[in-house]
Amino acid sequence: MRKITIDPVTRLEGHGKIEIFLDKEGEVERAYFQIPELRGFEKFCEGRPAEEMPRITQRICGGCSTAHHMASTKALDDLFKVEPTSAAKKIRELMYNSFIAEHHILHFFFLGGPDFIVGPGKSAKERNIMGVIAKAGMEAGGKIIEVRKRLRGVIEAIGGKVIHPVCGLPGGISKPVTEEERKGFIRAAEYLVEFSVFVAFELWDNIVLKNKEYLDLITGDVYKHRTYYMGLVDENNKVNFYDGHIRVVDPNGKEFASFNAQEYPDHIREHVEPWTYVKFSYLKNVGWKGFVNGEKSGVFRVGPMARLNAADGMATPLAQEYYEKMYEALGEKPAHNTLAFHWARLIELLYTSERMLDLVGDPELTSPDVINIPAEIPTKGMGVVEAPEGTLFHHYETDERGIVTGANLIAPMQNNSASICMSIEKAAKSLIHKGKVTDSILNMIEMAIRAYDPCND
Amino acid sequence: MAKPKVAFYSCASCGGCEEAVINLDEDLLKVAEAVDIILWPAILDFKRKDIEAFEDGEIAVSFINGAVRLGDQEEMVKLLRQRSQLIVAFGSCAHMGGIPGLGNLYTRNAIFQRVYKEVPTVENPEGITPQERTAIDIGELTLPEFYDTVKTLDQLIPVDYYLPGCPPPSDLIMNAVNAVLNGELPEKGAVLAPDKPLCDTCPRAEERRGGVSIQEIKRPHEIKLSPWKCFLEQGIICLGPVTRSGCGERCIKANMPCRGCMGPAKGTIDQGVKALSVIASVLGLEEEEGMTEEEVKKLLDGVVDPAGTFYRFSLPDSLLTRKRME
Repeated sequence: MRKITIDPVTRLEGHGKIEIFLDKEGEVERAYFQIPELRGFEKFCEGRPAEEMPRITQRICGGCSTAHHMASTKALDDLFKVEPTSAAKKIRELMYNSFIAEHHILHFFFLGGPDFIVGPGKSAKERNIMGVIAKAGMEAGGKIIEVRKRLRGVIEAIGGKVIHPVCGLPGGISKPVTEEERKGFIRAAEYLVEFSVFVAFELWDNIVLKNKEYLDLITGDVYKHRTYYMGLVDENNKVNFYDGHIRVVDPNGKEFASFNAQEYPDHIREHVEPWTYVKFSYLKNVGWKGFVNGEKSGVFRVGPMARLNAADGMATPLAQEYYEKMYEALGEKPAHNTLAFHWARLIELLYTSERMLDLVGDPELTSPDVINIPAEIPTKGMGVVEAPEGTLFHHYETDERGIVTGANLIAPMQNNSASICMSIEKAAKSLIHKGKVTDSILNMIEMAIRAYDPCND
Repeated sequence: MAKPKVAFYSCASCGGCEEAVINLDEDLLKVAEAVDIILWPAILDFKRKDIEAFEDGEIAVSFINGAVRLGDQEEMVKLLRQRSQLIVAFGSCAHMGGIPGLGNLYTRNAIFQRVYKEVPTVENPEGITPQERTAIDIGELTLPEFYDTVKTLDQLIPVDYYLPGCPPPSDLIMNAVNAVLNGELPEKGAVLAPDKPLCDTCPRAEERRGGVSIQEIKRPHEIKLSPWKCFLEQGIICLGPVTRSGCGERCIKANMPCRGCMGPAKGTIDQGVKALSVIASVLGLEEEEGMTEEEVKKLLDGVVDPAGTFYRFSLPDSLLTRKRME
């Protein structure tokens, strides 16, 4: 019996380790993905004032701190029973879309993209952002830096800090947007639209889709799992990151459940294994059947491909056009291809750019009316958003002073944790034969994780 | 001459410090040209074995973020200490424990109990919790030990410099990197940020009329926050008086009070004790003769979470370190 260890898994946020066990013939018997990390937010949030939650729970993940901040802030709206002002909702959604775009770009170029743009079999020294810039050209490199700067400018103007913004309060946000800021936001949104079109229609189409080797990887069986899919949708069942209701479809694409944030305990359960610190979410009404595929297993997926699978379409025209193109190429909806998460991410990038452009054009954005002060006694509150990596739930219970007595935080990583384990094992079994292991093969196993963009902090 | 080798590593952290480095943009590309980055798991495909293969002292500088919560983190920081000439504690968690340090208000068992057995959605009839060793039919899987107490980096290895903030601001990161590259470092043990307290650089300080006196403590969601008035004057707890400056007053500019992520200003040993005494003084408690005990108690009750407020980022580094173990 031989054991292969990948430690740490790289180009992802946080920590992860892979253990692969080979049998006598050198074939993979089992492969495990372990998260060797826990900090215990669900305990140490107890005793803290609820209004501080957006500034504490965001430290779960620095890469998606805006997502935790926003889920937490929405949970506070619910907890203190206060509706945010109309302007506050728009400002929050603008900031949120700016963040999703910024994060998707970061993931595509720095974390996941090097495997496609540089190439999965290239040496470890080249498979990174520097390699991406070398391949895509300095001009593209300059655009990547510029667009991220502008998007961060939007987040910073509203939230103070890009990493760990501070503006979220029950009933709204801490300060209004000035007209001068809004003008900057318009320029950022316009730049983003142009950038997204360039990435989706030039880089991805030309570098990735025209390369048969890559296309085969995306559509092939090595990275494929038939599971349930979850995502937040608006009233027309179109993808929405900031608000709406949660929709779940089964592996055939049929709607399985539709519920709001407050109802999540009726639909989600968490399973515990002794060999990892992360928990495994599953659909309560299907049940935990282990790390298996199909209709009878409660394993579900979240994130870009899952959101698109769970929705009926995109709410903006360019994104919708590209969405149709992708499903046509993949030949089925729901699409079960894990590597197509990267593709779906670019469709979402197009959507965020168009949505931002809508929002910055709204004169209400500069209204001074950005907060409603809560007057009710808090009891419990739930909030949900789509983090870049998938559906994210925050749930707080408090005493009558608003001091947290219980916190339940279900992050996208946990929602995808079972399918990530399955993806790793399937990739390992498909790629390792007769004990032959190379750096490139191990990297291709890690690619099964990176597609999900998990944050294992 | 060979380029200096540089490592980035994270322990119990959120990844925000790494993103702060990515967000250096063009400056990051310049740094990447000037040095040889030999470890940065978030961005580069080098593994632990690559570090083990280096000789002692071969790495010029390791920037380590995150507190130390688990056994493998302790092993890795000790390995990096051996292999590195300089260690920089990067960000609030490595510096003082940071937000994960709030875990010291509870024990390992209490955390496991809540996370794996009590949260409303967990289904765990057998009461399974993660184990350091799990036998499986084909071998064994191991996990690092989850410690009872979160530690700061310098409680485990000697640290040469500290770069504060959650995350550290870009300009301070670049100053630190340039100081290392040019060999222009201050005395060992220095915090690589300005010494003054935040109040000295706060844009709201000018508006403050003389001394501050709080009649009643308010929480940030209870009032309409003034966009220009000192937070303490509004009755909102702000850690500006006891916190190091250099952050660019980013939270204050977003109209929210300081929570102390930059750590204590120079000369202060315990940020929380100092904060408590400052708040006590602005509450008028120094002239409390005129107040009844009842009135004093009522005022102090306004601080609903003293430990989590005054030690938001610094509990493991404080004189308290943690809540007493039963």
